[in-house]
Amino acid sequence: MIDPAAPGFWPGLFQVLLVGTGETLYMVGVAVLFTVLVGLPLGVLLVGTERGGLFEAPFGYRPLGRVINRVLEFIVNLGRSVPFIILMVALIPFTRLVVGTFIGSTAAIVPLAVVAIPFFARMVEIAIKEVDSGLIEAAESLGATRWQIVAKVLVPESLSTLILGLSTTVTSIINFSAMVGTVAGGGLGQVAIQYGYQRYSTIHMVAVIILIFIIVMMLQGLATWLARRFSHRTRPARSRVAVPPAI
Amino acid sequence: MISVKHVFKTFGSGAAATTALDDVSLEVARGEIFGVIGQSGAGKSTLIRVINLLERPSSGTVTVDGEELTRLSPDQLRLARRKIGMVFQHFNLLAGRTAQGNVELGLEIVGVSGAERRRRSLEILDLVGLADKAGAYPAELSGGQKQRVGIARALAGNPKILLSDEATSALDPETTRSILDLVKTINVQLGLTVLLITHEMDVVKRVCDSAAMLENGRILEQGSIVSLLSTPGSRLVHELFPLGEIAPHPGNTVIEITFSGGSADRPVIAQLARTYGLDVSILGAAVETIGGNQAGRTRLELPGTPLANAAPIADLRGQGLLVEIVGDGAVVEGSRA
Repeated sequence: MIDPAAPGFWPGLFQVLLVGTGETLYMVGVAVLFTVLVGLPLGVLLVGTERGGLFEAPFGYRPLGRVINRVLEFIVNLGRSVPFIILMVALIPFTRLVVGTFIGSTAAIVPLAVVAIPFFARMVEIAIKEVDSGLIEAAESLGATRWQIVAKVLVPESLSTLILGLSTTVTSIINFSAMVGTVAGGGLGQVAIQYGYQRYSTIHMVAVIILIFIIVMMLQGLATWLARRFSHRTRPARSRVAVPPAI
Repeated sequence: MISVKHVFKTFGSGAAATTALDDVSLEVARGEIFGVIGQSGAGKSTLIRVINLLERPSSGTVTVDGEELTRLSPDQLRLARRKIGMVFQHFNLLAGRTAQGNVELGLEIVGVSGAERRRRSLEILDLVGLADKAGAYPAELSGGQKQRVGIARALAGNPKILLSDEATSALDPETTRSILDLVKTINVQLGLTVLLITHEMDVVKRVCDSAAMLENGRILEQGSIVSLLSTPGSRLVHELFPLGEIAPHPGNTVIEITFSGGSADRPVIAQLARTYGLDVSILGAAVETIGGNQAGRTRLELPGTPLANAAPIADLRGQGLLVEIVGDGAVVEGSRA
């Protein structure tokens, strides 16, 4: 039990929250980077390798497209269905292989990215499926290559929806980042567990909740603003991305 | 310029298979505006997509500007498509790009860089009459303006052919006319061959040099408007000049005269009445300006049986008019003298 009246309590709290916030932003930020780098192409491929898609027959070989589609579907479904708390523990050997340790914020990036990539890939899939097939046809009639269609039509035209989808993804990464705090992953989650739960400091607990709430609010505000900025439709962009289930 | 030979297109397989194109052959001459008319479900959309192979025919060949597209590899086909611009019923513009940005898309794909791309896109926008809207997003443009952007984008790669997929069907009559006039201007100024599909006869009347009628995936007839006008029993001509139901009096003869070119200017009916002393009644008439020439059909009722009217009918045919004797709604006889 920590006594709020004890000397040094408030500076200590401030210090702990500062470090915790820094760690959270670090692991979430890097995880988001990997999520976009891997999830975006993954989502594009998920849509593209479907029947009638752009990459239906890679190298002119139709069965290859079907196999790729099945494999990606399997991976994404697997990644989405394993509860994070189990995934996190199950990934420990892999994390150790990649980072060298499974403790700390850097190590936490691995399970965060692994859980977020399939999630974001689904978001990308939804966003890209919303692009009017007539636009693809128009680009094809102009003689566009498949990559030109992805880069000049599919991604730019779904940008608003992609941004909103990314925002939802980042929110759940923040959510999961608190969970890695329970296994010494650092960040605000660890502050809440160590001080708020194990040492009964309600002030720590409340402070962490407020901080995470502020981060999520700012993120959502930024995403909404960006989505509107990139949407040139007359109606304001509205979020058509499904809210993720709570875990 | 465009030659389609024995094209079949079947969707699906087995019992669920539907034939969209059934042995379609089509010849479009260089520099003409060719209209394919048909009702929805006739296979028009499939036909136009077969020309640039957005839809690959199940069998048959498509040759454009001497190049047999159906034999090309995917990469060669992409290059060949740059010679074929296409405009769409619903415009298909990128919502995230301005009018100029949409035109530049066509140039980017072809690989035109930076300053040249900007210069050329503005030049084309000027050609379609949208120079002042270069910075507007599609959401800020009217339907007609969007279609002008669509046409500008199609022209970006300097194509030789323009395919128009119901380009005016989503537009009001006045805008339709202005877009058709633009198509005609492009056709004349740039020497572009145009193949358009439509379900509106007005489109054919206004701009087409030639036309084909598509029904259930088959071409019923095709040819230049002028030659169709002199084809007895042409469905296309009947639909271009609708005369309504026939209600003859018993014992009288009903004839339909199709005239075009010079014969349109002569006082045919007055002459007929004077020369043969006939009480001619006009049951219906439809006259249009097609390709700058007056053309039309008139339905007349002459007293007496067809046999009794043989002399005046022969006289009309002698004047180069297409005369059809119609009975109870069906064409009984029809030939040109």
